[in-house]
Amino acid sequence: MSDLLKLSGVHTHIGRYHILQGIDLAVPQGQVTMLLGRNGAGKTTTLRTIMGLWQASSGEISLAGMRIESCATPDIARLGVGYVPESMAVFSDLTVKENLVLAARDGPLDDTQLDWIFGFFPALRRFWLSRAGSLSGGQKQMLSIARAIIEPRKLLLIDEPTKGLAPAIVMALIECLKEIKRKGATILLVEQNFFAARELGDNVLVMDNGTIVHRGEMAALAADVPLQERLLGLSLEAHQ
Amino acid sequence: MTDLAATDPLPKPKRDIAPVLLPIALALLTIPLIGSTSSWLTLTAASLAMGMMIFIMASGLTLVFGLMDVLNFGHGAFIAVGAYVATLVLAPFAASIQADSLWMNLAVLAPAALLSMAVSGALGLVVERVLILPVYGQHLKQILMTTGGLIVAEQTLYALWGPQIIPMPLPASLRGSFILGDVAIAKYRVLAMLIGLAVFIAIQLVLNRTKLGLLIRAGVENREMVEALGYRIRRLFLGVFMTGSALAGLGGVMWALYREQVHASMSDDLTVLIFIVVIIGGLGSIGGCFIGAILVAMVANYGGFLVPKLALVSNILLMVAILMWRPRGLYAVTSR
Repeated sequence: MSDLLKLSGVHTHIGRYHILQGIDLAVPQGQVTMLLGRNGAGKTTTLRTIMGLWQASSGEISLAGMRIESCATPDIARLGVGYVPESMAVFSDLTVKENLVLAARDGPLDDTQLDWIFGFFPALRRFWLSRAGSLSGGQKQMLSIARAIIEPRKLLLIDEPTKGLAPAIVMALIECLKEIKRKGATILLVEQNFFAARELGDNVLVMDNGTIVHRGEMAALAADVPLQERLLGLSLEAHQ
Repeated sequence: MTDLAATDPLPKPKRDIAPVLLPIALALLTIPLIGSTSSWLTLTAASLAMGMMIFIMASGLTLVFGLMDVLNFGHGAFIAVGAYVATLVLAPFAASIQADSLWMNLAVLAPAALLSMAVSGALGLVVERVLILPVYGQHLKQILMTTGGLIVAEQTLYALWGPQIIPMPLPASLRGSFILGDVAIAKYRVLAMLIGLAVFIAIQLVLNRTKLGLLIRAGVENREMVEALGYRIRRLFLGVFMTGSALAGLGGVMWALYREQVHASMSDDLTVLIFIVVIIGGLGSIGGCFIGAILVAMVANYGGFLVPKLALVSNILLMVAILMWRPRGLYAVTSR
C-alpha cells in the first residue's frame, strides 16, 4: 500500500512556542490512521500544519508525491484534502443547505451523494433550511463531516469528531466513518475516544511533546494494555 | 440523533424581528411627543433619507470589519474623494444641472456618481494593497495606518482643490418638495431613500441569492474555514474592500448634494455616525447596518427637534442602550 501523505522532519512554531518538533509520519492510501496522544501533544497542530492553516517552519509535507508545505490552504483543499476541525466550524449564519452548497466547490450538489449522507444523518434533511447555528452540537458535527464528504476527497483530516457528543450520536458517526472507509477513503483521524479509535483505525500514531513516539497497527496497540499505559497514561478501556 | 422521516415537513427558520420593530416603535412613540402630524412626517422622511445615505456609506465598512477584521479609520477618505470627483463632472456641466429637466439632470448626475464610485473603488484597491495588506491581524497598526491614510487623503484634497468649500447645488428638478396636504417632503430626500433602498436590496440579493454572497457571509463568520474549503478569501477581501470604498464614494456624492457643498473634512462628523451604525448593527451585518442607520438618523432628527441640547450625545446614548440590550449589536454575525 503506497503512502498518500508523508511528513518528514516537520517543525511548527506558533509565536515563540515550538509545537511540532520534527514529525515523521506516513498515511497509507485507503486506510484510517489514528493520531493519538495526550492533550497538548500536538495532534491538532499536526492537522492544521498539513492543511496549511499554520505554516511549517521546516520539513517536508507531500501529498501523493507532491510537496505541499509551502502551499496556501485553499490550494491544499483543491488538491482534494477535506478538513473537519475540532471546533466543527459550521457557518452558523448559513442554513444547512448553504453550508453544503459552499462545500460543493465546483458545481451543484450531487443528489446521490446527498441521499447517501442523509442516510447517516437524517437530521440534516430535517433541518435543511434551518440556520446551522440553531443545530445541536451533534447535528453541527454531522454537518461538519457532511461538508467534508459532500465531494470526493483524496484525504480527510478529522479532528476529534466524537468530542462532547452523546453515545448514540458517537455510534452514528462511527458507522458513517466506517462507511466512508469502506468506500476507500484515506483518513487521518485525531480521536480521544478509544472505542472509536479501535473501531475505525487500521494504523496508529501516538504523539507526545510534538513528536511521534509510537507507530504501528491499531489492533496491536488495542491488544497491548501495558503499551497503552506507557504511551497514553491510561488503558484504552479506561478511556471509553 | 433525531430519527426523522424524509417526508416530514421542513421547519421554517426562526426570524429575529425585534430589531426591525425598533425603528417602527421609535417612530410611533414620537408621534404624541412631536404633536403635529405634518412635522412628524417631515422629520420621519428626513430621518429615512439621512439613514439611507448613512447606510450606503456604512455598508461597506461593516463588511470590511466583519469579513476582513480590519479597523479602517480611513473610510471617510473615500467619502470625501467621491464627493470631490463628482465635482469634476458636475462643474463643467453646470448648465445641464440647472436645466429644469429631470432627464438632463440625471444624464449628468449618473455619470458623476459612477465616476466617483469607480475612483473611490480604485483608491480602495490601492489602500488595501499598500496600507492594509502589511498589517492584517494587527489592529493597532491598522488604526495608525488608516488614520494616517485619512490625513494624507484630506491634505491631498486640500492641495488639489484648495481649502475653500466648494458649492455643489442640487439639480433644478430635485429642488423643492412634494406637497401632500400640509406635509412637504423634499424631492431629493425621496431620491436618497430610493437609492438607499435599491442599494440595500441589491446587497441583500447578492448576499442571499448568490454563491459569492454565501462566501462573503461565511467569510465574515469564519475566514479560516472558508479557506479550508478551497476558496481564496484574499481575493474576496479585496473585492469587498473595493466595493465598500465605491459605496462610500457614492454616499459622499449623495451627502454633498444633500448639504450642497464639498470640503475635504466633510467626513469627519460622518465617520463617528458611521462607526456607531456599524457597532450597533453588529459587525458584518448588512441588515443590522440598515436598521442601525435608520435608528441613528431618527434619533438625530427626532432628538434634535424635541431636545436640541441632547442632539450632541443622543447617538452615543442610543449606542449604549442597544449594546446593553445586545452587546454584540442588533444582529451578531461574528464572534468578535
